Amino acid sequence: MIRQDAHRIDPKRRAVIDPKKRQFATPTYKQQDYAHRLNIYEIPPTAEITLEQFEQWAIDRLKILAEIEACSYRNKSPAETESYITPLLQKFLPLSSNTSSPSGAADPRLKNERQKDHYSHFILRLAFSATEDLRRRFARAETMLFKFRFQKDDTREKRAFIDSLNLDWEPVGDFEKTEIAKNLLSSTPGLRGLEDETWYKVDWEKVPELVERRSIFLKKGKAYVPGREQLSMIVAEFTARLERALELTSRALPRLDEDDRLTPILNHLSKNFGSAESVYSEGEGYVDGSPITASSIDQLAQQHFPLCMKSLHVNLRKNNHLKHFGRLQYTLFLKGIGLSLEECILFWRQSFKGKTDDEFNSQYKYNIRHAYGEVGGDVNRRGKGYTPYSCQKILGDSNPGIGQTHGCPYRHYSVDNLVGFLQATGVSDKEVLRGVREDVGKMRYHIACNRVFEATHKNEIKKVKEDGSWSQTDLDTIVHPNTYFKRSYLLKQMSKAPKDA
Amino acid sequence: MPHSVSPGSAQNDDEMPDAPPVETSTETNVRLEDMFNDDDDDDEEFPASGDVKMESPSKEEPPAPTPSGVDPDIMLAFYQRLFPFRYLFQWLNHGIVPTKDFGNREFALTLQNDAYLRYQSYPTADLFRKDILKMNPSRFEIGPVYSTNPRDRKTLRGGQMKPVSKELVFDIDLTDYDDIRTCCVKANICAKCWAFVTMSIKVIDTALREDFGFEHILWVYSGRRGAHAWVCDPRARNLPDERRRAIAGYLEIVRGGSQSGKKVNIKRPLHPHIVRSLELLKHDFARTTLGDQDTFESAEQAERLLSLLPDKTLNESLRRKWDSSPDRASTSKWADIDSLAKTGKSSTLNPATLRDAKQDIVLEYTYPRLDAEVSKKMIHLLKSPFVIHPGTGRICVPIDPRNAENFDPLSVPTVMSLLAEIDEYDAKHPAGTAEADIPDVEGSAMNGSDIKGGRKVQDYEKTSLKPYIDFFRSFIAALIKEERAGKRERDDNGPAVKADPMEF
Ligand code: SF4
Ligand SMILES: [Zn+2]
Repeated sequence: MIRQDAHRIDPKRRAVIDPKKRQFATPTYKQQDYAHRLNIYEIPPTAEITLEQFEQWAIDRLKILAEIEACSYRNKSPAETESYITPLLQKFLPLSSNTSSPSGAADPRLKNERQKDHYSHFILRLAFSATEDLRRRFARAETMLFKFRFQKDDTREKRAFIDSLNLDWEPVGDFEKTEIAKNLLSSTPGLRGLEDETWYKVDWEKVPELVERRSIFLKKGKAYVPGREQLSMIVAEFTARLERALELTSRALPRLDEDDRLTPILNHLSKNFGSAESVYSEGEGYVDGSPITASSIDQLAQQHFPLCMKSLHVNLRKNNHLKHFGRLQYTLFLKGIGLSLEECILFWRQSFKGKTDDEFNSQYKYNIRHAYGEVGGDVNRRGKGYTPYSCQKILGDSNPGIGQTHGCPYRHYSVDNLVGFLQATGVSDKEVLRGVREDVGKMRYHIACNRVFEATHKNEIKKVKEDGSWSQTDLDTIVHPNTYFKRSYLLKQMSKAPKDA
Repeated sequence: MPHSVSPGSAQNDDEMPDAPPVETSTETNVRLEDMFNDDDDDDEEFPASGDVKMESPSKEEPPAPTPSGVDPDIMLAFYQRLFPFRYLFQWLNHGIVPTKDFGNREFALTLQNDAYLRYQSYPTADLFRKDILKMNPSRFEIGPVYSTNPRDRKTLRGGQMKPVSKELVFDIDLTDYDDIRTCCVKANICAKCWAFVTMSIKVIDTALREDFGFEHILWVYSGRRGAHAWVCDPRARNLPDERRRAIAGYLEIVRGGSQSGKKVNIKRPLHPHIVRSLELLKHDFARTTLGDQDTFESAEQAERLLSLLPDKTLNESLRRKWDSSPDRASTSKWADIDSLAKTGKSSTLNPATLRDAKQDIVLEYTYPRLDAEVSKKMIHLLKSPFVIHPGTGRICVPIDPRNAENFDPLSVPTVMSLLAEIDEYDAKHPAGTAEADIPDVEGSAMNGSDIKGGRKVQDYEKTSLKPYIDFFRSFIAALIKEERAGKRERDDNGPAVKADPMEF
């Protein structure tokens, strides 16, 4: 049961926050005291947080990472990035220095900021450890964030933070320093004298950036790094440790069953990481001026919904219930056609006949609001919650398991069941059904879907083509359920319009 | 560019059966592709950058004059009698007992019909030899060691097979010097322009040893107009791509194509690597660029030289002087720069700027021009040592970097000359050889250069290939010694590491 602000941690959730702990026998229960502003994220969090916090913190961090990534994709200069990111950081993920408060690290405000930073990092690790590509992007964005913060850190605090890391840097002795003074001076840009610098010998692999720019003296595989180039080394260290940790996390990632409330959150976190290329464009499914309410869904489903949504609707009516992924697919679609959140909640409330209000509110409402972006802040850049699924997404999803009804009937139904269902929805033309069988046999599911659309809107399509009100581009292949709905709806409206308008 | 694949031969890549079934209707085909390219959340669809499938067939100069100079029968005789399979195995295996270092190593074979077979691999030296004899490739290339056997890749899910190690490699090719060599163009070379390769070997070899601490660097003649380096130290083999990129960036100084103007732009003070390289190269500049190549003799090249100098007034007096004596040699022109500068006619001239510009010019005309892309990626394939260059028939023999000056590519043995040497030897020493004096292809299978036998003289020992193979053997011996020392050290430190080669 979700209680929005429960202070009790449920065991399943704890396992998720700290897979390492479950995996390995030596957990560190040490409560973190966050003495430093910066964190290299070696120790996973162990304290309890609420589900709301879990999500909100992750989403806030995700927002930052996505913006950082976007800046680098758009080739913004460091200065531009800084001026762009700074206010966002202040808003979503502030991290103040000890000097910002008279009580220093003991200030609860600082502790809270640091805890949020710490937890959100580890939550996103979970969400992003699944695939190599996500791991790489996550490590990259996190590294940029770390670097950004490190550069802005107070010098003394920075020093204390570095000292706390126990890095394997060998200081260069005075004798050697004098011996190679000339080389050090000429390979280290901007250096005036050697005296005030502490030099370290590290494996050159630790400072690849400096090596690549030829801004470091190398001798027999060791790089001679001046103290002020610590940034480079720390950043490399940070990346290396994070990459290793992500590998481990991906292997330790516990299997989460579908009823776990964290699964959709984690999935969507990773899916919304810079999904700017989404096929779904805003307004795709809205139909201007048409009142779409909970009570009109039954009729619309019958007339205008694509088969995937009809299937969900029929099942919902039959069982008074839908499993998680079906709910998600359908909710997003309904959002896409313009059903308001209030109406959508109403729709589901009425549909789940067997549930009490309490059950509904505690088990389902949250996810609906979540899909609308009502809770959890703005998930993606448009701030409208999750994007309705495209055909590609629906077709590509793993096969629905027993009792699950999401997916695309053309793909996930047996051919006979598919044809039966089509006939039940009024498609009886033998030629069309034969075509559907053929398409499905060739795995061209969306073509079958388009074929059915054309057959069921034959007259309307003929008309708009003839009177020239629609061009061929308005009738291109449908690759999104919301496009299906919108086109179907508009075609019906056109044909209703008086001929001599 | 021996690492490349001609687009035509890629058709024969046995990768093809993996491709999705062909759509029959063209119209829907296009739609289908459009549809599945706009993915917004599926990461599995697109292989990660490290995935081998991402490597596109790289560009290749027009195919070597066909038919290749080397007859397939000759090629086969070479593999049977001379190719050092066992040593090549030991080199890649880092020891005698077969390990994954060899077993999971990708070989790519270019067959006589130009078919290109990737992802070949062999558990042992003998199976390696057998397959090469069976396929009789015109050449083959060496890729990385993978996390699994490359032959199993089809049964694995995407992304499961990852490159885990490969020698750090460098590729120097004289075609990159066409704008500054006057003696030859394209595939041709002569001793005068080979000097550029020699300089490159010296500079790169020194930097790799002194700066990066690498010790096991194998230089190999590419068979026509270039050289490859294989850095075999364990530390180099395990570098991830981004560290390889760092080394490539460190070593790269000459940048830009023929239209890019000034190709060397480095900051002052000069980095110790550049100071040392300049020291190594200044004599080469005098001898090769100014002397042998007489690069600035033509008006056009002289004008280019002027464009690299900083002072207008000085340039004008130089131009006047050179216009009045059209055939003035490069050495004199170079000397003119300083002598005219000293007369102090230009009030704007800054001696330091002039010195810097002259240093940049020396580098632009002599510093190694690397094909950096080859070095940056672990998955790049590079032609194996000791194969025959199909165009020239020359063997890709090792070059001793300590003695690079004395390496003469034009006297590198060709496969024809080697087989003739065997015949000659056998004719002179009939007692020492039991087999027939005719190079009987089938019958001499057991006479390969590295088959252990009694103290019978092996075929390679009868030829001028011997010093090269001896060099290779001592290179391997040093490498394996270090490998063993490294293993022992690791075993001492970590009891849990079970890297016992006897497991296999
Ligand atoms: S093809 Fe697309 S719109 Fe049609 S049923 Fe399948 S998912 Fe729905
Ligand atoms: Zn030449």
